[in-house]
Amino acid sequence: MSILVGEGTRVLVQGITGNEGRFHTQRMLEYGTKIVAGVTPGKGGQEIEGVPVFDTVSESVESTGANASILFVPPAFAADAILEAAEAGIKLIVCLSEGIPTHDMIEVRAYLDQQGTALIGPNTPGLISPGTCKLGVMAGYIHAPGPIGIASRSGTLTYEVVHQLTDLGIGQSTCIGIGGDPVGGLSFAELLPMFEDDPDTEGIALIGEIGGSAEEEAAATIAESVTKPVVAFIAGRTAPPGRRMGHAGAIITGGSGTAEAKIAALREAGVHVVDSPAEIGTRIAEATERRPA
Amino acid sequence: MRIHEYQAKRLLADYGIPIAPSRPATSVEAAVGAAEAIGLPVAVKAQIHAGGRGKAGGVVLANTVGEVHAAAERILGAPLVTHQTGPEGRVVKTLLVEKAAEISDELYLGLVVDRARRRIVVMASRAGGVDIEKTALEDPDAILKEWVDPTIGLRPFQANRLAHRLGLDGTAARGVAGIVRSLGRLFRELDASLAEINPLVLTEDGEPIAVDAKLTFDDNGLSRHPEIRELRDLNEEDPLEVEATSVNLNYIKLDGNVGCLVNGAGLAMATMDLIQHVGARPANFLDVGGGATAEMIEKGFGILIADPDVEAVFINIFGGILRCDVLANGVVAAAKAMDIDVPVVIRLEGTNVKAGREILDRSGLAFRTASDLREAASKIAAAVGEGS
Repeated sequence: MSILVGEGTRVLVQGITGNEGRFHTQRMLEYGTKIVAGVTPGKGGQEIEGVPVFDTVSESVESTGANASILFVPPAFAADAILEAAEAGIKLIVCLSEGIPTHDMIEVRAYLDQQGTALIGPNTPGLISPGTCKLGVMAGYIHAPGPIGIASRSGTLTYEVVHQLTDLGIGQSTCIGIGGDPVGGLSFAELLPMFEDDPDTEGIALIGEIGGSAEEEAAATIAESVTKPVVAFIAGRTAPPGRRMGHAGAIITGGSGTAEAKIAALREAGVHVVDSPAEIGTRIAEATERRPA
Repeated sequence: MRIHEYQAKRLLADYGIPIAPSRPATSVEAAVGAAEAIGLPVAVKAQIHAGGRGKAGGVVLANTVGEVHAAAERILGAPLVTHQTGPEGRVVKTLLVEKAAEISDELYLGLVVDRARRRIVVMASRAGGVDIEKTALEDPDAILKEWVDPTIGLRPFQANRLAHRLGLDGTAARGVAGIVRSLGRLFRELDASLAEINPLVLTEDGEPIAVDAKLTFDDNGLSRHPEIRELRDLNEEDPLEVEATSVNLNYIKLDGNVGCLVNGAGLAMATMDLIQHVGARPANFLDVGGGATAEMIEKGFGILIADPDVEAVFINIFGGILRCDVLANGVVAAAKAMDIDVPVVIRLEGTNVKAGREILDRSGLAFRTASDLREAASKIAAAVGEGS
């Protein structure tokens, strides 16, 4: 099975009438995702790929029972679109938009916590439970169903890890991009217990990067409550301080957020930390086989 | 995005935060004129986007016009090397000439986003001045903090409490609390990611004055602040980086010898790490992003080749949204348009990978292809070995 999504996930696509929204709606439907509604303000009444389009999220939820939402909305409007979904009672929101101002996300996250809404992203390729449900823009064909849960701050680096695993014949339970921004939705520390509780996840891959303290918090959670083997890679060992490495969140400031500190914290918590990105797949294979039955 | 001290102070003044009379100057004559207009003594301050200016000799107290002249002549047009600039330093193009403040006390005031708590944190200390970073490390309790609940914002009681905890009273407490509130407003309204007043000086009369100021802005918020975007100083940035930004590429120059071109920031960082893992050093970070066009790839490749430090190039693409055939066409077009005398290792995977590999093979160019990261790593190591 998987975490966060499953057979009962009924998906709403916000921004379904835009180029990207339309294209990926088609791709997600092909993958088997149950898309029940789309929303674009002012475009209600149409159908896109057979999916009914509504003007507002609350209307779409009422008519279709949608319980998860994926957003293809420009960054300037994304914060508002997330809030609209949460206010309408959606409990899982996946936001792909890159470039949402940090202060907007601080306010959005505070509201989501009040509502008990889970957010994936922003600035993420989304999440996928191979063979069941794809809520994102990743290429479905590189994935395979299986026992490894993946949580990552990066997009293409996650594809790389998935590809290495699938090549080794090891599938994935759920792969989640937590996003590359400084403030966002579910963190490593919040996802790890979900993987720990998921009976179909046998091992966890954590793909971190420089900046912030998400990996240190993950290490504390792992030490406290994760018994499944965890393999980690931290990107950005060679990154210089004070420079933003693409992702808004990937920046070493005032000596904090370094790869060294993260690696040390994870090793301390018993995590297998891989030095070369070429070795992630094989280390996961080793770590899960080594696991006591 | 960073801005200069003199620009930051104008913004502080717009928010009612007291600053000393000052004027920017880009020539020795203008600096002298500014000092005469403001009245001596003045501080002559180099304007570069880096801290540690005072210790590096970039801030001079001048008591006479002659001293202003001498300081301006020495600093303007010369590189200033601080612990934040790297060994090559930054050439100073602008000075700020500022009325020297009468100093009784030096406080520190700063706002940043606390990522772990997902909220703004206001930090203040009695131990302001040049050694605040040391204080933060050695005596973290000397830095007082107030976190801002995003549902209610920074409240007046928090500003008052901070002033009280700093041990201030009367004029100083009222003044500092007012500055905390104003800086909090600026921070949120202008989408800042860092706002620092250090030192926040108290005069003998307890009047606070912002003597140095540093503001950094969230790049993602700039689209709604055109007036802030105009403050960008391209002189402070690497010309190759400026060129890359103009075609929407994310490029950062580093000091190694292997140029790399990658799609996605995480994979780009991992690729840099892989290069180092095999004993070479990355010459740059270059993320062409998910939606790169053949033209962007061509430009990016051109930027790598134009870097004289590059001894080998590694292209690592995991095509999702960016298709491998698009990438291959861009690389081939770029390679044919320029003389390439360094080895180029290419690793392609993902959408349309077969078509991409065929385009590379048919190009007649001497690319070295790798099918996975392991193979790529050994080919990079070999390629760099040849050059030395």
